Amino acid sequence: MIDLDDTDRAILRELVRDGSQSAGAVGRTLGLSQPAAWRRIRRLEEAGVIAGRRLDLDAEALGFGVTVFLGVKLAAKGRVSLEDFERAATAIPEVQTVQHVLGLFDYRLRVTARDIADFERVLRRRIMTLPGVGNVEANVLLSEERRPGPLG
Amino acid sequence: MQIDDTDRRILRQLMAEPGLTTADLASRAGVTAATAWRRLEKLASAGILRGQHAEIDWRALGWAVEVSLRFTLDKTQANAFDEFLTAARAVPEVIEIQTFLGRVDVRLNVIARDMGHYQQIYRDRILTLPHIADIESLMLISTIKDTRSVPL
Repeated sequence: MIDLDDTDRAILRELVRDGSQSAGAVGRTLGLSQPAAWRRIRRLEEAGVIAGRRLDLDAEALGFGVTVFLGVKLAAKGRVSLEDFERAATAIPEVQTVQHVLGLFDYRLRVTARDIADFERVLRRRIMTLPGVGNVEANVLLSEERRPGPLG
Repeated sequence: MQIDDTDRRILRQLMAEPGLTTADLASRAGVTAATAWRRLEKLASAGILRGQHAEIDWRALGWAVEVSLRFTLDKTQANAFDEFLTAARAVPEVIEIQTFLGRVDVRLNVIARDMGHYQQIYRDRILTLPHIADIESLMLISTIKDTRSVPL
């Protein structure tokens, strides 16, 4: 775990806002030299604080208008290995997120689909056939926003 | 805007690795650098490619606990959604807000430094949010897959 100062936090805020910025551009915004900004960004990346960059796409314009979150309960715990479920769920191209959780469900899945009919196809052919799958609850995403979080 | 196979090839490569330079992107997608650059400009001006952002790994910053809180709101109250969302945005530990069509109305992704800290946030900042009818929590154990790629 690394300690951040105010400058590091400001750099993170800048890169979360626009991850395509060069070290020079970030430095100009924050009043740092290019090498100083570069060194700090490099340190944040090496510490794993910046986990990576993600593309912001208009999925709807690409024909993927529906996002559904599934809560999945495994039916036969102990008899089916979690690894088998995870491997199979991860391999489905429409499944964007697989999270192992503790609570009402065992897994949370984020599924993208062209429309509701396409989602039904994915659900029936791909999700309901996953090894060990039991109860599934679906909630259709209406809106989402990322928040800056506790970056001071 | 209609996208063709060349756009799809470029987008697939870029979704997998947003940090690619135009030259690397072009060679992976099997097009010239000039074509890649032109296509990227076109996708950006059509609003399909909005940019990119850095993903923060909060665990690497010492925020060890992540909980997905699923809310049902008291919809007999006018403005329940708006008032709830406005109050939730004021909680710094809330890193994501989503609204749904389904049994769940709103989901908040909340992070904390440890369980004691989480308990404090839950009591002081979450249970005091307006118009809550019901809350369920899913504690994150691990994230196995997390992407926003669509199967083009």
